[in-house]
Amino acid sequence: MSAKEAILARVRAALADVPADEPLERAPDRAHLDSHGVGPTLDVLEDRLIDYKALVHRTPADRVGEEIAAALARRGARRVVVPPALPGEWLAGTGIETLTDSREEPLTVRELDASDGVITGCAVAIAETGTIVLDGGPDQGRRAITLVPDYHLCVVRADQVVDGVPQGVRLLDPARPLTWISGPSATSDIELNRVEGVHGPRTLEVLLVEAAT
Amino acid sequence: MSDATFLGMPPFPEAARTAVKDSRLRYNLRKATHTIRDKRAHVVDEMGDDWARLRTEGAAVKTHTLRHLDRYLEQLEASVSRAGGHVHWASDAAEANRIVTALVKATGETDVVKVKSMATQEIELNNALAAEGITAYETDLAELIVQLGNDLPSHILVPAIHLGRAQIREIFLEQMAEWGTPAPPGLTDDPRALAEAARAHLRERFLRTRTAISGANFAVADSGTLVVLESEGNGRMCLTLPQTLISVVGIEKIVPTWDDLEVFMQLLPRSSTGERMNPYTSTWTGVTPGDGPQEFHLVLLDNGRTDVLADTVGRQALRCIRCSACLNTCPVYERTGGHSYGSVYPGPIGAILTPQLRGMGSEVEESLPYASSLCGACYEVCPVAIDIPEVLVHLREEVAEGHGHLGEKTLMAGAEAVFSSSTALGAVQRAAGLGRTLVPRHLPGLAGAWTDTRDVPDVPAESFRRWWNEREREEGR
Repeated sequence: MSAKEAILARVRAALADVPADEPLERAPDRAHLDSHGVGPTLDVLEDRLIDYKALVHRTPADRVGEEIAAALARRGARRVVVPPALPGEWLAGTGIETLTDSREEPLTVRELDASDGVITGCAVAIAETGTIVLDGGPDQGRRAITLVPDYHLCVVRADQVVDGVPQGVRLLDPARPLTWISGPSATSDIELNRVEGVHGPRTLEVLLVEAAT
Repeated sequence: MSDATFLGMPPFPEAARTAVKDSRLRYNLRKATHTIRDKRAHVVDEMGDDWARLRTEGAAVKTHTLRHLDRYLEQLEASVSRAGGHVHWASDAAEANRIVTALVKATGETDVVKVKSMATQEIELNNALAAEGITAYETDLAELIVQLGNDLPSHILVPAIHLGRAQIREIFLEQMAEWGTPAPPGLTDDPRALAEAARAHLRERFLRTRTAISGANFAVADSGTLVVLESEGNGRMCLTLPQTLISVVGIEKIVPTWDDLEVFMQLLPRSSTGERMNPYTSTWTGVTPGDGPQEFHLVLLDNGRTDVLADTVGRQALRCIRCSACLNTCPVYERTGGHSYGSVYPGPIGAILTPQLRGMGSEVEESLPYASSLCGACYEVCPVAIDIPEVLVHLREEVAEGHGHLGEKTLMAGAEAVFSSSTALGAVQRAAGLGRTLVPRHLPGLAGAWTDTRDVPDVPAESFRRWWNEREREEGR
């Protein structure tokens, strides 16, 4: 008997008490809330990101390029990694040197490590937990590019932000590789106090793009 | 190199007696468990009544999954395979270690990086790999501290919880050079400096190593997705940069659907690190061409889990999502620390999981159901509502029925008139004084020596816990 057959046989024997006609389909009891309504969505997201020691700026849509240029200048970043399809207007006029990474033509980890940072968009953001989710879309790129550089500048549009975790989960496609990011890399392993900055980017800067009014 | 093992550890009372005399250990544990307890309480309270609903649903999803585990395991295998992953089945630790060793050897690598994983600790994978000339580098900060110190993990979430910053600094200064990049000579015990030293120590390792080993917090049957929650980014490094990824996952880690994560991604971070969300969560489904590992192996591990499943009372222990809230709140754990439990699963959950996974084969397992005052705090904080006291009492019955735990046997003999059967004993233990404590004149196990020279006080009419809760309720009116 293979290990698989043996394990499944043991599982079935262990479950002898379960009625044979107990349905496999279970109607989930989603009695819980979609979110815990603690304030205007963008305000909550900003508050939670700051709580995690991320840098946060809010900007109207027509000023994203200027804000990116300003952030990179503050950081002193000259050579930044970008995914294959960042909106053109985000970088227009910044004069920044970009290193484009794609699945077809990936940069090496050494090149990523030597860069001054990375700029991406995101798939979804969850206000209540201060979480930004990347799904490898064309404005986000391979998982490695938001991991190896020490600085991540992430642009989040207001229409990508939901209030609670359930709403976020339902918008995501599990077939894509997902990275949920809640603040910069951190650890609680020393006396259970949180310290920011371990292996992932030690600085996370977020541009919240407000909807045009 | 590390060869630490839990094999041959003394039973709980003996180990605990040594541990409670260690004042530095008591100080470290008290500080850490109280910090995390307060943080958890804060982020759970802000969920209001919804926490109870999430907890109920979390328990229900896990219970349902366990009752149909065969079907979900087959579904998971199909989903992972369809997405380009390879699925292996391991009946026990030896088989899992053989599979992983062979997979690593097939890559031609002799170094692997590891994400913190309870399953691989349980099967002592690192020792098995070392025996075959493969070095496993732990990358989680606390696991790194334990590995460098040739120590054993003492907590599910923070394996080095028993160590304070000054001890960690010493370990880094003395051991890092032997394993790779040395610690900076002027290293202080500031947690920031220690985290920075870990970053520098592991950086090159991450960029260079081509094979990684992980566990998983969840495996989603319908989509074939694996989920790892972490904080530092070491998980992302291991799950993203290498060519080959091998994940060792207990068969109880399954949830049926992707949407079930909306429940668990709320329950787990708040219960474990006391954060609204942990810094990083990675999910992957098989292989994504051009992004991340191009070869993925999932090793499904039984290693005693089907024995736990066969016990209709003890089965609920398999709902555990390894948050460690029960450890952090437990008055016994706070005083004895994790090593006393003689297993990678310490604390209240360990006291019910270890004897069930391993069987009541030795004094270590037989003593564990007694490593509790049955105060019930663990049940209250459990995000999937495992009634740990119920299982503890159930296991005590088993010990008493079997060849027996010495203390309990003495008790049984002396109290035959009252406790004519183990069932009655169980009922009394649950109900004594309307609380949950049975206090015989001579305590079994840990407290036995104490009662050699003293009588135990009478059982109060109600337990402190119950009195306190009633009092709070009345004041709230």
